[in-house]
Amino acid sequence: MYEALEIFVTSTFWVAVIRIATPLIFATLGELLCERAGVLNLGIEGIMTAGAFAGWYTVFLGGSLWLGVGVAALTGVAFGLLHGFLTVPLALSQHVTGIGITLLATSLAYYVYRILLPEVDSPPKIEAFEPLPIPILSEIPIIGPALFAQTPLTYLAFVAAALLAWFLYRTPAGLAVRAVGENPAAVEAQGISVTAVRMAAVAAGSALMAVGGAFLTMSAFNSFFFEMINGRGWICIALVVFGSWKPGKALLGAILFAAFDAYQVRLQPIIGDVVPYQIFLMLPFALSILALIIMARRAGYPNALMVPYIKGKR
Amino acid sequence: MRLEPRTEPSPILLASIPAAAILATMFIAALLVLAAGAEPFSVFAQILRGAAGSQFAILETLTRSTPLIFTGLAVAVAFRAKLWNIGAEAQLYIGAIMTVVVGTGSLPIPGTLILPAMMCAAVIGGAVILYGPALLKTRFGVDEVVTTLLLNFIVLLFVSMLLEGVLKDPMGLGWPQSEHLPKEARLPRLVQGKRLHFGFVIAIACAVGIWILMNRTVLGYEIRSVGHNGAAAKFLGIPVNSTVLKTALISGGLAALAGFSEVAGTKGNLTLDLSPGFGYAGIVVAMLAMLNPLAVVPAAIFVAGIFVGADAMSRTAGVPSFVADVVVAAALLTMIVAVLITRFRIRRG
Repeated sequence: MYEALEIFVTSTFWVAVIRIATPLIFATLGELLCERAGVLNLGIEGIMTAGAFAGWYTVFLGGSLWLGVGVAALTGVAFGLLHGFLTVPLALSQHVTGIGITLLATSLAYYVYRILLPEVDSPPKIEAFEPLPIPILSEIPIIGPALFAQTPLTYLAFVAAALLAWFLYRTPAGLAVRAVGENPAAVEAQGISVTAVRMAAVAAGSALMAVGGAFLTMSAFNSFFFEMINGRGWICIALVVFGSWKPGKALLGAILFAAFDAYQVRLQPIIGDVVPYQIFLMLPFALSILALIIMARRAGYPNALMVPYIKGKR
Repeated sequence: MRLEPRTEPSPILLASIPAAAILATMFIAALLVLAAGAEPFSVFAQILRGAAGSQFAILETLTRSTPLIFTGLAVAVAFRAKLWNIGAEAQLYIGAIMTVVVGTGSLPIPGTLILPAMMCAAVIGGAVILYGPALLKTRFGVDEVVTTLLLNFIVLLFVSMLLEGVLKDPMGLGWPQSEHLPKEARLPRLVQGKRLHFGFVIAIACAVGIWILMNRTVLGYEIRSVGHNGAAAKFLGIPVNSTVLKTALISGGLAALAGFSEVAGTKGNLTLDLSPGFGYAGIVVAMLAMLNPLAVVPAAIFVAGIFVGADAMSRTAGVPSFVADVVVAAALLTMIVAVLITRFRIRRG
């Protein structure tokens, strides 16, 4: 029992928590931005896969790591624009389109991977991002290494959360995004194009998702393999609900979730003899469902979420 | 851009839409094949030959289409009621588990009744596993898309746990697989010595049955009304929530039959790779069929043909078989756009 509690005071645990949280933070913020504008983006799982592949492959070809992040983001934008085009001006079902985008992006990533690297059995490795400790701060016991000795993308995730909060609540464009998710007709009455705002939000949100995927191949690991996203995208959709569509709460939710995930991994060797390991692996998914149930009643859904806006139709 | 409803779509337009969607998809496929450095038309010819070029190929395509008919029907029924069941994969595996549990003789059931008993058990299992998310939707307003998606992962891990635990085959040399079903618990083959089995007949019967249910019964009318306009359905006195729950039972049961037919018909036992995404492909099948239960059959055969043909082609042409997954996903997107064009004119401004 003592061992199970001791985990919490080790700094490696908290380092792992923040590392596990990073892709979730990016993707959750991305989904949050889409949903705040009224568009559910179920393409998330596939967009993360495509971003993971595109970023990794750019670096594999000799591009710099930051170029890889940029290419991943652009890949996200491309799929985001496709999802946006089909669901916003064409007003197609956001559920069906999103699943279609996930199937398309995932299979395209796998197909291109197989074309470019037909012979490899074990995926080739790249020089991934190295941790970048911030002097002095990283020497604080326990939380120092966790918060201030991570790779640059992790710092970027926290910056992205702060920027998104500032953008949504402190800028006119952010107000427009929130308004098209609540009352698109009112936005149109102000002479702002609902279509343009929604498309832009979906494209930008998808870029964040893709960077979240790229973190996995370029920072957490150093190669691309099949099914590496493994449901993280779907978990992020639950995290958006859990965070009540607010960037700060979504960030905390992602960290809480990551803490749980890191804890179950460390608990496995301690009580793994009595409990099958699959139970531990199920817990993150079960926890997401539980979070949805708890939050469902008080969830403040954006009013126009999943409601296509068709001009002139009331 | 602006959508303007068409008052009366012309029959020529309606007929040419699926053709246009298929052409657009073939164009995308051609680009992919070119990217792989192969010649599109010869690759298409090889896919066609691999899917329908011989008796063996045709039987293989029909075998592969069987689980897709079941999952396609499951999705078609659920989506009609706007119940977004993305969890056919989970229901399929639950069906497979029930099939193995009953089929390997854990209950004292006489040999002649064993297959119906396995089938019932599978249907009940699949229905129950979708009933949960449906109940969460109607009671607490929890979005069923996310819960059914997450359940796919949970159920697959559950299968893995069973295959390394209570359902583990003692003769399996350490592989995570269940025991093989005895002969009386296997679905009979339709053609001597080939893989096509009686599950295909059950699938066709289900398609006809579901068509009758949806178009000729009160429940079918209620399901369609709830999906078309929930508020209006409620106003008409249709019990919306209980209709959604009934839909979930039907949909989950149908998807579970895919697991039943794969275990009892095709494979003979349960492994972790029983379904290479039949649940997700079912969504594509249902959308290609425009949610019409009878059209699910040709749509499933079409999708199965692409997969079987691409497998055969990739062995010789050097184009990765993932091309089939891309083509199927592209077909889904082009089809929903094509359907939109039959309903609306797209105008500028």
